[in-house]
Amino acid sequence: MNNISTLKDKKVIVFGERDDISGNCLSTCLKSAFATIIYEATACFV
Amino acid sequence: MNHYPVVKNCAYCLIHAPDLVRYGSKPQRELAQTPAIAAELQSHIRPFSRAVAYPPNQTFIGNISPDLLAAIPRPWYLHQSDSETLETTGPFGEIMDQQTFYGLLKLADIFSPPFFEVEKAALETLGKAIATHPLLSDFSDRFREIQPAEPNYLAGKRRANPCLTLQDGDKVCGYFFGDLRSEGKDDENLAPNFLLENLASKASGTLALKHLIHRENISPEKIDFLISCGEEACGDRYQRGGGGMAKAIGQMSGCVNASGMDIKNFCAAPSSALVMAASLVQAKVFQQVVVVGGGSLAKLGMKFQAFLEHDLEILDDCLAAMAFLVTVDDGQSPIIRLEPGAIGKVDIGASTSEESVFRHYLLRPLESLGLRCTDIDRYALELQNPEIMEYSGSGDVARKNYRKIGAMAVLAKQLEKQAIQSWIDTVGMPGFAPTQGHIPSAVPYLGHAVEAIRKGEMRRVMFLSRASLFLSRCTDLLDGVSFLLERNPGLK
Repeated sequence: MNNISTLKDKKVIVFGERDDISGNCLSTCLKSAFATIIYEATACFV
Repeated sequence: MNHYPVVKNCAYCLIHAPDLVRYGSKPQRELAQTPAIAAELQSHIRPFSRAVAYPPNQTFIGNISPDLLAAIPRPWYLHQSDSETLETTGPFGEIMDQQTFYGLLKLADIFSPPFFEVEKAALETLGKAIATHPLLSDFSDRFREIQPAEPNYLAGKRRANPCLTLQDGDKVCGYFFGDLRSEGKDDENLAPNFLLENLASKASGTLALKHLIHRENISPEKIDFLISCGEEACGDRYQRGGGGMAKAIGQMSGCVNASGMDIKNFCAAPSSALVMAASLVQAKVFQQVVVVGGGSLAKLGMKFQAFLEHDLEILDDCLAAMAFLVTVDDGQSPIIRLEPGAIGKVDIGASTSEESVFRHYLLRPLESLGLRCTDIDRYALELQNPEIMEYSGSGDVARKNYRKIGAMAVLAKQLEKQAIQSWIDTVGMPGFAPTQGHIPSAVPYLGHAVEAIRKGEMRRVMFLSRASLFLSRCTDLLDGVSFLLERNPGLK
């Protein structure tokens, strides 16, 4: 938990992938660790 | 005994369209920025014979099974056919050459003045290709009525208007225009590239439907309803994406007693359409429903840069199309389970984590049917040909998803962790469909599954399709749709 809380006040750019981990899902995790999401995108390569 | 709707027949076609690759979305944009790559692109196109011999393409039309494909060492593009003759036809359909497709494209163009103006010298050749095609010869009379474009008129039309040149190798077959009438001229939705995209979907979808009708040996008049699941977006500035493709394909195929509609759900649209078709049949609204999906011009050459970088032939050079016949129970064909909870869905409120998505469209429907993951003989997931995906760094999508299914089965305590790989080897398969959006999404295996279940080689196959709804820019959601195909209980 200590490691995760180090994301407080951090600005994060999120890139996800449809067939792996979606950006939305990554952002949810990062927000729960107090990160600020400044950009989020999910790519579809198919 | 319960009665269920059945998948009675399936058809699959590929159209080798190397000279349309440049009009795919990615190549078109790159060529506009760097015209110099045109020559490089052209030098990496694959001849028809190699597209036909390519094992994933042979799997798509049913000449070889996915299991046999898995046994062929990769790279598959180095594989030479054992047969001396080109296997352009297969149990499910055919691999069509570009020239014949241009003939079909011309027939699909019912507009006046035509979008596709064919050069005088090419018209006879295209007409011959149509007349000699076993399933298209009934179009011959219509083709003979087509007038070639007068050279002076065509030259003037080309000078005054943007158009796409349709080549077949070194030969120019004709030119593709937008809607040049005053109401169409300033509408970007009616520009040549979009209209070519729409008509390519109509023509290829018609080819698949013709094969389906031929395979089932029924009259097109017998079909009640058509559902199109293609990715094109027909319509003008006031209703882009409005639809009309199902009836356009039905009209061209002679389904005069059918109505139809289009279903949109990105890549998962074919599975959604099959669920809708089965539901319409189960509710006794219609008896014979066709699901049809034409090819995606936009996705031709989507990965072409990777092939150029690796100095390989461009492998995403085929349009693909498919058609399925869903009917009332015939006591023989595999059924689609439609009890409450049997159709897998990913709820709007569900998390988009992989675990949540698979819980919704894999585990929940199985639980509601009282089944375990290990009760399924085969799973069909996203079946993109890995050879097209891997050079561009996108990885083997099918393999990734099979691992996730294995992991879910372990999480559900239905499989031992150490058994994952051997189980995946049993229930999985390699991807073999071209990157044509909706086409690879689980359903390329439907034809193989119907045949195998009929022969008693397997009992249950689960189809799981994904859709990137977030590409609409209206939501951040994705979707998942699944259904279970099962041996007909009436089959002795």
